[in-house]
Amino acid sequence: MKPLVITCFATANPLGLGCEATSLALHGRHGGLRHNDLESAAELDTWIGRVEGVESEPVTARLSEFDCRNNRLAQLGLRQDEFEQAVARARRQYGAHRIAVLIGTSTSGIRECERAYCERDARSGALPHWFDERRTLNLYSVADFVQRYLELHGVAVAISTACSSSAKVFASAERLIEAGFVDAAVVGGVDSLCLTTLYGFASLELLSREPCRPCDAHRDGISIGEAAGFALIERAEGAEDGVTLAGYGESSDAYHMSSPHPDGEGAYRAMQDALDRAGIVAADVGYVNMHGTGTPANDRIEDEALHRIFGRSVPCSSTKGWTGHTLGAAGILEAIIAGQCLKQGYVPGSLNIREVDPAFKSRIALEPEARDLRYVLSNSFGFGGNNCCLLFGKVA
Amino acid sequence: MSGVYLSAVGVLGPGLPDWQVAREILGGRRAYQHEPPAQPQAHILPPNERRRGAKSVRWAVAVAQEALNGAGITAAEAATVFASSSGDGETLHQMCEALARPLREVSPTRFHNSVHNAAAGYWSIGAGSRQPSVTLCAHDGSFAAGLIEATAQVLVNGTPVLFVVYDLPYPQPLAAVRKIGEPLAAALLLSPEPRASTLGAWRVAICEGVSATRFPETLPPGLCANPAAHALPLLASVARGVSETVTISYANGCHLQVESQPWR
Repeated sequence: MKPLVITCFATANPLGLGCEATSLALHGRHGGLRHNDLESAAELDTWIGRVEGVESEPVTARLSEFDCRNNRLAQLGLRQDEFEQAVARARRQYGAHRIAVLIGTSTSGIRECERAYCERDARSGALPHWFDERRTLNLYSVADFVQRYLELHGVAVAISTACSSSAKVFASAERLIEAGFVDAAVVGGVDSLCLTTLYGFASLELLSREPCRPCDAHRDGISIGEAAGFALIERAEGAEDGVTLAGYGESSDAYHMSSPHPDGEGAYRAMQDALDRAGIVAADVGYVNMHGTGTPANDRIEDEALHRIFGRSVPCSSTKGWTGHTLGAAGILEAIIAGQCLKQGYVPGSLNIREVDPAFKSRIALEPEARDLRYVLSNSFGFGGNNCCLLFGKVA
Repeated sequence: MSGVYLSAVGVLGPGLPDWQVAREILGGRRAYQHEPPAQPQAHILPPNERRRGAKSVRWAVAVAQEALNGAGITAAEAATVFASSSGDGETLHQMCEALARPLREVSPTRFHNSVHNAAAGYWSIGAGSRQPSVTLCAHDGSFAAGLIEATAQVLVNGTPVLFVVYDLPYPQPLAAVRKIGEPLAAALLLSPEPRASTLGAWRVAICEGVSATRFPETLPPGLCANPAAHALPLLASVARGVSETVTISYANGCHLQVESQPWR
């Protein structure tokens, strides 16, 4: 594929507001996880990645009907890194209807529905009047909100493939641009803390009681985080520098709804497809940001697939020890981290590992290291066996 | 022409038991009669998965299977696009009910069924297909959003795409705040070149400032209220075997225009 250039990244995540704050926390090895203190779910003994300030910045004025935790988080993300200015420039350049909005989310504003179910009418069972399905619960709510906030028209869509959602948006954006439907795309991912995912992952016994430890010998589950992230993607002709989307790969496991294929075949296919689409070989990749959730099965199969492609030559690590697993926002958050690594020539290593799983065959990076990077690969794998691998490079 | 080819269809809804019957009704050659459809069997799913899968999964998988059979290709050849506004409303309702109780006991199977890509996941397992799959939502514009995604995939990747759109009514109390109307599912097999089964050739474009093509008049309003029903004016054009431009409502004033030509 022809590489596309990413002209702006923006994020609000448990490490802070903006790309620089995210980078500083990675460099300084300051994790963003805390013991669960989410109102109404604090009885769960687990750690969470919570974004500071979400509660205190409601969605107001013309978009006030969209107000909910998830859209507040989206708004907080959109306000970082001069993203609105970058989109305004693109809007003038291409026209508002020629910029697609593709947002990954797994639960959108479901927290509002959870709240509404606690306030049902005692006699009729009806939901309270304040509940607005279209503007909060519906998955499209966040895509609709982002499109309106940025004053764009035309294609807007929520992509929801569980934990690969906001990696998939990059692949869809590339196709829409290549097919000529649009000239540019705002892609992103927004998922916020809610009872559905906290208690859902608890029911699967996949929540760790400690800050998650991806790739550790004694890893015992995930820490759930929340995040918003966005990227503005354009054709690369004429670009002089910046991070590119160089390739992507997608596959299905065809194995199980919530367990990965035991030999990592789906993960392998997605990574190989990404390399093939970019026309590069494994040796060109300088760092792999793993999906690495911290569950025993996920990290084991990913190691298997990584080793099959890269042997022990390429440093690999998960940054979920810092951020937690931000579910439908994990793809975009780790794309942003991959972009920062490329710009700064830096591999972040891992956080919280005491002992790397001795069974692992790939090269797990523990400590941060300076490294000249040409390409960085980022993996996202979701329930339903949905795999997506993104390959980022630099404008040549 | 740099378009895509509609190479098979699957349909399931009240009075529309399959594409063969739907084609006659949408083509104006047979009267519409409202009859609740039989529960879809979704034979492609292994018995365990059929038991675990939610109702919407069986609907989506049934029409996907019909379209695949109609085109005479295997699941291993087709990438998939699933589009739905509400996913599985029954699962959502049960999850929210459980979370509103003091103990908040959630069933693990229900939780993994609550993901929007549940139908896609079950399909890939049943069909044994490792092809890429995307699941999306654009509220009432979900059909248009899915059609753009599927068309772009065919044009860019040059491979067949199985596009499935479906929505079932929410149970109460959600049904009172979001009216889906009657249940409906449809599947379109889009291919990069014509096949023996091809029904039509399409060119898809995005446009603003137009109005959507009307639903066939013989169909009941409840059926047309389903977000997936935006497929029906386009399928009616195919069923009538005419060349025309069909306009499909998307969202926020945006529409899709499909130039549809019969293919023989």
